[in-house]
Amino acid sequence: MTVGRKLWVIILIKLFIIFFVLKIFFFPNFLESRFQSDTEKSDYVKEQLILRE
Amino acid sequence: MIDQIDLSMVDWARAQFALTAIYHWLFVPLTLGLSFIVAIMETVYVRTGNPEWKKITKFWMILFGINFAIGIATGIILEFQFGTNWSNYSWFVGDIFGAPLAIEGIMAFFLESTFIAIMFFGWNKVSKGFHLVASWLTAIGANLSALWILVANAWMQHPVGMEFNPDTARNEMINFWEVLFSPMAVNKFLHTISNGYVIASLFVIGISAWFLLNKRHVLTAKRSILVASIFGIITSVFLAFTGDGSAYTIAQKQPMKLAAMEGLYEGRAGAGLVAFGILEPSKKPGDGKDPYLFKIEVPRLLSILGYRNANAFVPGVDNIINGGYTPWFENIPEEEKEMTYSVAQKIEKGKLAISALRDYKTASKAGDTVLAKISDQKLKENFSYFGYGYLSRPESVVPNVQLTFYSFHLMVMLGMYFILFFIVVLYFLNKGTVEKQRWLLWIALWTIPLGYLASQAGWIVAEVGRQPWVIQDLLPTIAAVSAIESASVKTTFWIFAALFTTLLIAEVMIMVRQIKTGPKDGGNK
Repeated sequence: MTVGRKLWVIILIKLFIIFFVLKIFFFPNFLESRFQSDTEKSDYVKEQLILRE
Repeated sequence: MIDQIDLSMVDWARAQFALTAIYHWLFVPLTLGLSFIVAIMETVYVRTGNPEWKKITKFWMILFGINFAIGIATGIILEFQFGTNWSNYSWFVGDIFGAPLAIEGIMAFFLESTFIAIMFFGWNKVSKGFHLVASWLTAIGANLSALWILVANAWMQHPVGMEFNPDTARNEMINFWEVLFSPMAVNKFLHTISNGYVIASLFVIGISAWFLLNKRHVLTAKRSILVASIFGIITSVFLAFTGDGSAYTIAQKQPMKLAAMEGLYEGRAGAGLVAFGILEPSKKPGDGKDPYLFKIEVPRLLSILGYRNANAFVPGVDNIINGGYTPWFENIPEEEKEMTYSVAQKIEKGKLAISALRDYKTASKAGDTVLAKISDQKLKENFSYFGYGYLSRPESVVPNVQLTFYSFHLMVMLGMYFILFFIVVLYFLNKGTVEKQRWLLWIALWTIPLGYLASQAGWIVAEVGRQPWVIQDLLPTIAAVSAIESASVKTTFWIFAALFTTLLIAEVMIMVRQIKTGPKDGGNK
């Protein structure tokens, strides 16, 4: 396998793992997954900022 | 909904970010520097028409490509962590980070990727001039991509150009130029990219030295050393200057970081710089012990470095905790200067700010505009100390002094060594005897990892030295993390460790194989 082909394989495997395994199964966006609107997100963060004192 | 914080999750989230950032930073500096070295070599080829320079350019371009390909998207994982592990922080800074990171993505995607394609696949398909422009634009694009993430990081170290909106709980950018041109951002960008240029120069010289040790591709190696050592001496001196600029900015905006960098607990006027030192491991703030087991100090140099004045008072850890000293940098008459607050006083102000946010939230929900206005005003008055409200004791503001101190001194010592190294290499190159100095060639080979070591040490200073702050004075780590279980963070920590180690091994193996192959078709003429 040429260097170029090897690198393309590495790139594609890496991108697949990053975007289709890690992102989907291990890195959900915390706020996006729990709240629908920006108002709900800001209310939650505000509550957290206040309560963690 | 009240979410309890798993305190071990804070440390695992920090460890995960540190791990991924360290690995990411193994790939990036070489991209930043080697892209320019390749562009310079190709410029020589186009100007001279000498096909040997084309072979030299293409050889280093392949190594650049290997590093670039392996390093692609390693930074994306850091952004994933913002959204999962650091949700409060992400929301808090969303409006500030959004613009720089969006520009970075656009710049990286459009500028870099377009011209990288021409760089690699455009030989003999486009004109020499067009290909050369593509190579330069790749280098410039890569470095401009770095600018935006460094602007974002600089904002974390010294938040400016924004206003906190209590309705949305977000910092909103009110002055883009203040964010972009903050002295912290300018120094950080210049210092970081020049670090990449030095690493790339050491890389090229080290590999070329290996060729000379094996008496292979002698002309290629010597020509490569010539370009890299000139590039290296210029950029390593610039690195020292920008490092000085960074320390000056840190003295003003992050005095605790400077104190940690120097192991300084009791401040003094005309403070000396510790050129070499061994810290007392059991030293704690306020215990009165000598912080050093041993030190060699350059008199007054820390005052000059930090404040451009040999008599300037440099506050130590204890001074910053206890307050009551007058900051040197303010250019105002002595009688008008205000004493610094103690950390205990800042904690009180921080708690006032947090309670004001609480009152504002309650008042807004109840439709009480009068109380909302009063609370908003109280929040604004105390917002500069918002993050202090989360601290349980004044000593919480002290970062890991040992790690910061030793990383800083390692970085500076290596930086000085690199300048000397480039001078010596250039000397022997000029004499025409570099290939005969086997001792120097072996040193050159082993200096490659030292470049990376210095680079990582610098980031440890920057990021460990700012603890406990995610955003200086405004948000500590405990308030920034998501309310998730540490188990998931631990799992992904080990996944990353395995993934990045695999990538690193793959890169080294492919690089070594390519280096052993060497430039194609000659190099010995």
